[in-house]
Amino acid sequence: MNVMDTRATSAMLYLDGVHVSFDGFHAINNLSLALEPGEMRAIIGPNGAGKTTMMDIITGKTKPDEGTVLFDGTVDLTRLDETRIAELGIGRKFQKPTVFESQTVQDNLLLALNVDHSVRGTLFWRGSRDESERIDKVLETIRLTDARNRLAGSLSHGQKQWLEIGMLLAQDPKVLLVDEPVAGMTDVETHLTAELLKEINKNHTIMVVEHDMTFVRELGVKVTCLHEGTVLAEGSIDQVSSNERVVEVYLGR
Amino acid sequence: MTPHILTRSLDRAATTFILIVAGLGVLIPLSNLLMPQGSMFQVPTYLVALWGKYVCYAILALSIDLIWGYCGILSLGHGAFFALGGYAMGMYLMRQIGSRGVYGNPILPDFMVFLNYPKLPWYWHGFDMFWFAALMVLLVPGLLAFCFGWLAFRSRVTGVYLSIITQAMTYALLLAFFRNDFGFGGNNGLTDFKDILGFNVQADGTRAALFLLSCAALIIAFVICRAIVTSKLGKVLIAVRDAESRTRFLGYRVESYKLFVFTLSACMAGVAGALYVPQVGIINPSEFAPGNSIEAVIWVAVGGRGTLVGAALGAVVVNYAKTFFTSGPLAPYWLFMLGALFILVTLLLPKGIVGTFNAWWEPWKTRRTTGLAADEESAAREDGIGAPNPAE
Repeated sequence: MNVMDTRATSAMLYLDGVHVSFDGFHAINNLSLALEPGEMRAIIGPNGAGKTTMMDIITGKTKPDEGTVLFDGTVDLTRLDETRIAELGIGRKFQKPTVFESQTVQDNLLLALNVDHSVRGTLFWRGSRDESERIDKVLETIRLTDARNRLAGSLSHGQKQWLEIGMLLAQDPKVLLVDEPVAGMTDVETHLTAELLKEINKNHTIMVVEHDMTFVRELGVKVTCLHEGTVLAEGSIDQVSSNERVVEVYLGR
Repeated sequence: MTPHILTRSLDRAATTFILIVAGLGVLIPLSNLLMPQGSMFQVPTYLVALWGKYVCYAILALSIDLIWGYCGILSLGHGAFFALGGYAMGMYLMRQIGSRGVYGNPILPDFMVFLNYPKLPWYWHGFDMFWFAALMVLLVPGLLAFCFGWLAFRSRVTGVYLSIITQAMTYALLLAFFRNDFGFGGNNGLTDFKDILGFNVQADGTRAALFLLSCAALIIAFVICRAIVTSKLGKVLIAVRDAESRTRFLGYRVESYKLFVFTLSACMAGVAGALYVPQVGIINPSEFAPGNSIEAVIWVAVGGRGTLVGAALGAVVVNYAKTFFTSGPLAPYWLFMLGALFILVTLLLPKGIVGTFNAWWEPWKTRRTTGLAADEESAAREDGIGAPNPAE
């Protein structure tokens, strides 16, 4: 473990001077960002701004060339792999809904629960009342109680997105990274998703990447606009969307 | 293992399968031994040995289905683990020949005398004891699979790349075992077996017992596989198969899971090989041929990937067909038929025999048990599919 003696920062998630390049292309360029505990932050930016790469760095899928990535002020995430980072309490929802299609909704949540994930633990696993209560609660939150025994592959696109958010809840991480949760959703579903995230934010720190401005506005949280792998503007949605450079690179293009 | 694992893993289909295998395992040897020679109820000894071979293949198919059907690891080198288990048993059987060999050497097997070995190579020591050989049947394939898997899975070698290196592994072993100075009989392999645990391997009674044991091994392997795939571990394996990186982000150490089933599966294949050798009477390097491993994968595909019962059934059906066709005028065309079978199954029965049967049977069973509710639900689902997509 790479735990430092003293907390370097009060932030839950702290990125400083991060660089990543793929074959000479600078995907992330001197990126610095701090997420306070309990905060919800919306990340916007045009295609190729580095939003997904940033999530890859935080979850250990991509290693940065340089820079600091700290979790909870003490843990250096650049030295850990995906499994270890997930165990620490960083959960991730992918851009394309990724659920286990050939298993039931209920089993998807069961797999996500943050219980013993060792080979032996799962082989000799037997359900407990606590676990089934937690699954029931998540099912209720994501409005899929009636679909609990259906195969995840048979769900609608919006339901799959919720199931994936539900899996994050079951994982009960300290930080949730949510990549484009409302892509492909109807207006009603988008509204319900915003409500859902606000509800989840009561107990969790959230970073949400989204293109949909109505949705971001509805969340009503601090917004960071990325462009070419670096922070272009930060502030409320009104401040950011009235920023001239943001309009230039993103909204007005 | 606690009882709850058993009750959960043995549903009606699984119990039926076990009862059928157990029934055959008892009835075939009994009819062979008790019925008078030439009676229509007497199973001839050659058929007992032939079916014993099928049962061993069924165990091999199960071991492949466990990793391929449930964890997405397509091993095209599982014949290697089968052959290694076979060689371990073959070494025991060679040592049992003792001074009854052609050259009458009490220690050295015939091929070693012939090749002027001064003394028994160190790795042949201990194989005169059955318990040691039995341990090696599990340990040698298991250890190879563990080392191979540890390197491959840790480096995240997946998909066709893994399949290709498993082919390379079995081919490398084929070449090694072909060498006379490798100490396993070279091209000729190990044969001319006399006794197993003091019983004559050719005797009807021994063959009957080996058949019964093979059926018992098939049942045990099946119960182990069922216990695994119905546990939470089984759900994790399917998760790895369907979305490996998602599973990793949930905090599962995917390589540990793969390593566990891969090693277990190799041990199972080793046991299958060990039971196979005394029944066919020979083990030689051709068992390592890459084609054998591919054929075993075809059995699983034909029977139904990810169904266990289907894997065992596929092994028996395809091998029965092989015996049938290769002993008739169609013999030269068997490989073409095998190829055509694989293509036809992929095109027409992608779920295999058992998978297709399940797909047809399950909705019917559900409708019968839940009645109207299921009908309404399926009707609603059809409406959903039929509705025009606004995005188009």
